Amino acid sequence: MKNYLLILLMAITLAACDENVKPDTEGGDGSSSAGDTAQVGSVGADGSGSGQMLPASYDASAINDANSILAGRVVYFDFDSSNVGDDYVELIKHHGVYLASNPSVNIRLEGHTDERGTREYNVALADRRAQAVKRLLMFQGAASDQIAIISYGEEKPASLGHDESAWRLNRRAELVYQ
Amino acid sequence: MKRYFFILLLFIFCAPAHAVLNIEITDGIEGSLPIAIVPFQWTGGVKLGDADVSSIVASDLARSGKFSPLPNKDLIAYPKEVEDIHFPSWKMTGVDHLVIGVVKQNGADDFQVQFRLFDVLKGEQLLGYSFAATRNSLRSVAHRISDYIIKNLTGLSGAFDARIAYVTARQTPGSAVSYLLQAADTDGFNPQNLLTSKEPIMSPSWSPDGKQLAYVSFERGMPEIFVHNIHTAKRELVSKFSGINGAPTWSPDGTRMALTLSKDGNPDIYILNLRDKSLKRITKHWSIDTEAVWMPDGQSLVFTSSRSGKPQLYRVAVDGDDRPQRLTFEGDYNANASVSGDGQTISFVNGEANAFRIAVLYLETGLVQILTEGPLDESPEFSPNGSMVLYASQYQGKPVLAAVSTDGRHKQRLVLSDGDVREPAWSTTRN
Repeated sequence: MKNYLLILLMAITLAACDENVKPDTEGGDGSSSAGDTAQVGSVGADGSGSGQMLPASYDASAINDANSILAGRVVYFDFDSSNVGDDYVELIKHHGVYLASNPSVNIRLEGHTDERGTREYNVALADRRAQAVKRLLMFQGAASDQIAIISYGEEKPASLGHDESAWRLNRRAELVYQ
Repeated sequence: MKRYFFILLLFIFCAPAHAVLNIEITDGIEGSLPIAIVPFQWTGGVKLGDADVSSIVASDLARSGKFSPLPNKDLIAYPKEVEDIHFPSWKMTGVDHLVIGVVKQNGADDFQVQFRLFDVLKGEQLLGYSFAATRNSLRSVAHRISDYIIKNLTGLSGAFDARIAYVTARQTPGSAVSYLLQAADTDGFNPQNLLTSKEPIMSPSWSPDGKQLAYVSFERGMPEIFVHNIHTAKRELVSKFSGINGAPTWSPDGTRMALTLSKDGNPDIYILNLRDKSLKRITKHWSIDTEAVWMPDGQSLVFTSSRSGKPQLYRVAVDGDDRPQRLTFEGDYNANASVSGDGQTISFVNGEANAFRIAVLYLETGLVQILTEGPLDESPEFSPNGSMVLYASQYQGKPVLAAVSTDGRHKQRLVLSDGDVREPAWSTTRN
């Protein structure tokens, strides 16, 4: 019984640590976790995701706190999709609140894809990924002029390699504070 | 039946004109026309190893997929003049055609190249030309001879006396990736460095006159489109809107450029008038529209759109308000079109599950044929005469360029000595 509890505790702890900084493990397309931006309306109500309540505002220093959810800076996507998954919607909300409460802070969203598919199409796809993140940030009150976007398509992979284990790390939008 | 043989483009002679790309013909010799190319006689000077005209012609003809030149060891004689040719003997070797020639050196930098093409069965001369050349233009003259022979025997216009532009990426351990835009002869010789950058370079596209290259460069921290004169090295920044500036392609008359901009919210197709810099919006859709290429008549564009949910090819008129017409229907991923010079065939990337392959679509019949095996083939580009498709592929985990004949039978590989090589663009003329 004790063992069970321990394992359960570890599982919860691990899950909390991993949240928001790891890509979808299922990968591929057609994943059920693909959310739609239209779901943003139910702000924080479901309580799934971060384990950190969405505050009304963030201090400027919060961005330097390695234990804050704000330490998560990468949003991962399914193949040929710019839909933001539920977990990442939660992460982006926190960044949106941070930007809204610190109007002098600027952020650059860098869109990326995996190597599959054509290069210019991937530039367009990665742009849409960054745009999807931008919309969610603005929904929390971040201003458009705080947010710059650059799309690299497949040109700057985070992981080299030619299989799903590399590809899932490369289908991403990175939030880069300036 | 598969045969492997290497064309002799190795670094035997390390003169200025060394190749950066080595070309291997990997598949499909059968069905090609047997031809004898007798090594050209050199007079008035020593034969230049890096400008061995007859060897260059032989390798061009082999690479065309239309010919199989007789190996030198199987040549029964080395005739220099018409009188030396004994046609009945050549008939016995099974060749249909015979090429002889002379390279005459008249001065330090003054050459004359003559060649003659014969029909062996009829014992008739089909072609005979003489060209003046310099030390540096000898290889180009050889490619022109190849083009003349191919045109005469197949009706296909020339493709070898041209330039290929491509992007390479070099990753040195412990440092950032370095991107390089290069142009080289169609056999990989005479490479010219056009641009080096720490940021990505993409989508090179030749102007119709072969003098300028348009491309996307991220060198200033964002994607912008430049037009680069390859002779003067002068560059012009032609598109720097906010968001995407991508996928430039020249109109057939060279006065306009199709490109992808996201300045109005979504990636859409626009046409930039290069003379007065006016911009015309061609598509307006919430989905992705990109990778526009021109039909040869300049009246319409073929582009990639995700308006059906997945990327597919569409065609839209340049003038008028007609809705884009969908061209591809099979498969979840059809993108990045290249149109043949006669406007009848489109090559593109076809993706199924995890395999991305080069395919062709015959516009008249709607028939699609897959030409390659993938799994990561991309950036197809028709040769100027439409007989081959050049594309980017992977070989033993390494990015390479490859070419396939449009019937899928003939394949070859262009291997860069170091680094990635990608996004080939084949000029229609040398200039």
